[in-house]
Amino acid sequence: MNANTTTTSGIGGSVRRREDSRFLQGRGRYTDDINIAGQAYAVFVRSPHAHARINGIDTAAATAAEGVVAVFTAEHTKDIGGVPTGWQVHSKDGEPMAEPKHPVLAEGMARHVGDPVAMVIAATRRQARDAAELVAVDYDPQPAVVDMKAALAADSTKVHADLPGNLCYDWELGDKAAVDEAFAGAAHVTKLDLVNNRLIPNAVEPRCAIGDFDSVSGEHTLYTTSQNPHVIRLLMGAFVLSIPEHKLRVVAPDVGGGFGSKIFHYAEEALVTWAAAQVKKPVKWTAERSESFMSDAHGRDHVTHAELALDADGKFLALRCSTLANMGAYLSTFAPCIPTYLHGTLLAGQYVTPAIYCEVKAVFTNTVPVDAYRGAGRPEATFILERIVDQAAAETGVDPAELRRRNLIKPEQFPYQTPVALQYDTGNYEATLDQALKAADYAGFESRRKQSAAAGKLRGVGLSCYIEACGIAPSNVVGSLGARAGLYEAATIRVNPTGSVVVLTGSHAHGQGHETTFAQVVSDMLGIDYDAVEIVHGDTAKVPFGMGTYGSRSIAVGGAAIAKAVDKIIAKGKKIAAHLLEAGEGDIVFENGAFKVAGTDREKSFGDIALTAYVPHQYPLESLEPGLEETAFYDPANFTYPAGTYVCEVEVDPDTGRVTVASFHASDDFGNLINPMIVEGQVHGGLAQGIGQALLENCVYDADGQLLSGSYMDYCMPRADDLPSFQVDTTVTACTHNPLGVKGCGEAGAIGAPPALINAVVNALNGGGHPIAHLDMPATPQKVWAAMQSN
Amino acid sequence: MSEQITVTVNGDTVSARPAANTLLSTFLREELGLTGAHVGCDTSQCGACVVLVDGKSVKSCTMLAHQAAGTNVTTIEGLAGDGGELHPMQEAFRDNHGLQCGFCTPGMVLSAVDLVSRNPDPSEGEVRSWLEGNICRCTGYHNIVKSIRAAAKVMRA
Repeated sequence: MNANTTTTSGIGGSVRRREDSRFLQGRGRYTDDINIAGQAYAVFVRSPHAHARINGIDTAAATAAEGVVAVFTAEHTKDIGGVPTGWQVHSKDGEPMAEPKHPVLAEGMARHVGDPVAMVIAATRRQARDAAELVAVDYDPQPAVVDMKAALAADSTKVHADLPGNLCYDWELGDKAAVDEAFAGAAHVTKLDLVNNRLIPNAVEPRCAIGDFDSVSGEHTLYTTSQNPHVIRLLMGAFVLSIPEHKLRVVAPDVGGGFGSKIFHYAEEALVTWAAAQVKKPVKWTAERSESFMSDAHGRDHVTHAELALDADGKFLALRCSTLANMGAYLSTFAPCIPTYLHGTLLAGQYVTPAIYCEVKAVFTNTVPVDAYRGAGRPEATFILERIVDQAAAETGVDPAELRRRNLIKPEQFPYQTPVALQYDTGNYEATLDQALKAADYAGFESRRKQSAAAGKLRGVGLSCYIEACGIAPSNVVGSLGARAGLYEAATIRVNPTGSVVVLTGSHAHGQGHETTFAQVVSDMLGIDYDAVEIVHGDTAKVPFGMGTYGSRSIAVGGAAIAKAVDKIIAKGKKIAAHLLEAGEGDIVFENGAFKVAGTDREKSFGDIALTAYVPHQYPLESLEPGLEETAFYDPANFTYPAGTYVCEVEVDPDTGRVTVASFHASDDFGNLINPMIVEGQVHGGLAQGIGQALLENCVYDADGQLLSGSYMDYCMPRADDLPSFQVDTTVTACTHNPLGVKGCGEAGAIGAPPALINAVVNALNGGGHPIAHLDMPATPQKVWAAMQSN
Repeated sequence: MSEQITVTVNGDTVSARPAANTLLSTFLREELGLTGAHVGCDTSQCGACVVLVDGKSVKSCTMLAHQAAGTNVTTIEGLAGDGGELHPMQEAFRDNHGLQCGFCTPGMVLSAVDLVSRNPDPSEGEVRSWLEGNICRCTGYHNIVKSIRAAAKVMRA
């Protein structure tokens, strides 16, 4: 891929982003930039304890403090519903998961550090903060449970009183008997215990929410840092506050990164919306970073035992995995589906593994709720598979690239039905493997290893062949698996009378550049000027409907909805053109922005048709409505399946254990690319988060449930000097079931990078005389050094 | 009442009486309506709030408004030319896709302007090292580094 050579503004062009003009001049409009006349400020009192009974809350001093408008506790929010969960998973025995109430303010019990206990509203932010200090909460600290294995014990502390053993669900997928039989006949079995470390998403923009209420019209407005304003309207309106959609507007303006953490409906959103009506003032809340650490949903946090069975030729026979997945103290919006339908189903990866069995126990602990974070279940699955394949290669003495190659699904095997429910539509895994190995000069690694050794460093190389599933769908299937929502996307194309176009999309951009990419799609399809297309998103009052942006779904689902709406515009345009050109509708073709009578030089431009639709003097009014505006809801037939190979080289300093990323090559197949420059940028960002997980980032709780990594001084965010420049390439097999042939690219880097990194570190240590089978993430200097000393 | 301060902000003289404990970032955002300086943390780590004070990059969350008295402050809103033409650093960020969500961008751009004023031809390593105080979660820094080196080349010419 070369992002700099294409000049077209249509599909495939690396068009410079239109949103950059405002972002580069400080003209973005993020939620905290919005101020409404007369607004008050909310500050939350949060539990400093991981688990504590609340005997009482004395708000008298806070209420009397200067500028204070109101102080609310659970006593005032009894009529507010709990924060809902959007996915219901069933256990092996058919029982539905445990779904304890998640109150918007703690009701008698705080269950994690950061659990909101009271809301203080004052005229200024400073007054609210000062008054929050005056709220006296009588806590009775209880023993906390943080470790998942300990939580599952029958005599463990209970996070929820009615739930002994803290089990949310015990789920399984796959044919256990077939797997057991395959293991019994295996020539070799590799076993591995792995931890997928808990991460804190840390979008650089903290969450923010402003509630506003018009007492005359009865309309509520919520401005919020969300990836999916319509989903928030639905969840909050229907399940939490009982406000019908037509009286509730949710606006998600410019949003400073999400990575999953801004999908979910959070209590603070409901509380500012509710409180604005109570205090008859707009109410604004902006999280401080320390609040983000203890209130934004966390990611990952799996503990897994995995076993891979191979035959004598190194062919995979079966895989079995047993995973504990941390839910935290409450179920966040999509938490139950992450370790199940976005994890177990991915365990085939790129390989022909005839039998797979996976079981997952989801566990409540006294920690912040865990939910989707960039990749969401797929990084966890990929980490298991790509680590155990590497370890199997080491144990059987086969080159890791060769062992992978032997087991890849071949191009002629598509569509390929995996033993874990998914059917991959298309792919060419050997092509990305070959491209990555060549770009990384895998064959020449040994000489680089020697060079590093001469400089006193241990060099390692690691591979990862990942698969992703994007655009989770179709709605009826996900519904049968427990989703409480549809997973389609909506788009409206509004052609103005003079031929310019407004696109109303339910996808939401928080860094992805939709205003550019979607305009490329529409201008290309309609053959009109790129600048004549405007993209509108993020406001339920403007956009008819939408399911939002997560799971790398924007182009594959949102883009497809746009393409489908454009098709409807063209179809109607043909009817109008047929009338104007006195031809049969079937004889009209649409090419390069003009409706033509096939085989003649008679044509009408797109602009002519638009004007005619709105000034319908010469128009088939008896059979066709005036106007040119079409809406499409697109419900995908299947997931899309991006895939690729990553090759990473690291150098380990044997004196300090410090790991340096020497090079990183990515080869991805995202199907057709709309804007290669933006796609490259998405890969870079994903790689940085994946490398961050593998080398630097770790959410740490102590045994009492105190969050030790609660600031940027304790939680190691990747900085520029932690990362290398990346080499990024692509191959293309077009998705077979969406109109653009696209697959999605947002999460790939975060999925594929962690195992490539750890494989490289393990390879470096093994090659340097320190034989180890595995190293848990993050591979900090201390951990690497300790591993070297013990081996 | 607080003491009056006079600051030049993006070329305009501003006189105000911010409370003694008002941070420069709060003063810019809430009193002057210059919301381009973003606040991404509470420990002076993220760098989204960086502005130039007398040409030097400063985290505006780590300086009191009163400490800026008598100085010349440039925020991201004031970096483009009078006619609206982008500064070479802004131009380079756009050309090289050096931003995604845009939240860290004002701090990145202003920090980079300061770097290039000190070191007109920074190496990749020097750029990466300089950015230690600016966190970006979107770009993986690859295109930010590329943008800054491209801008430096233009600014040297």
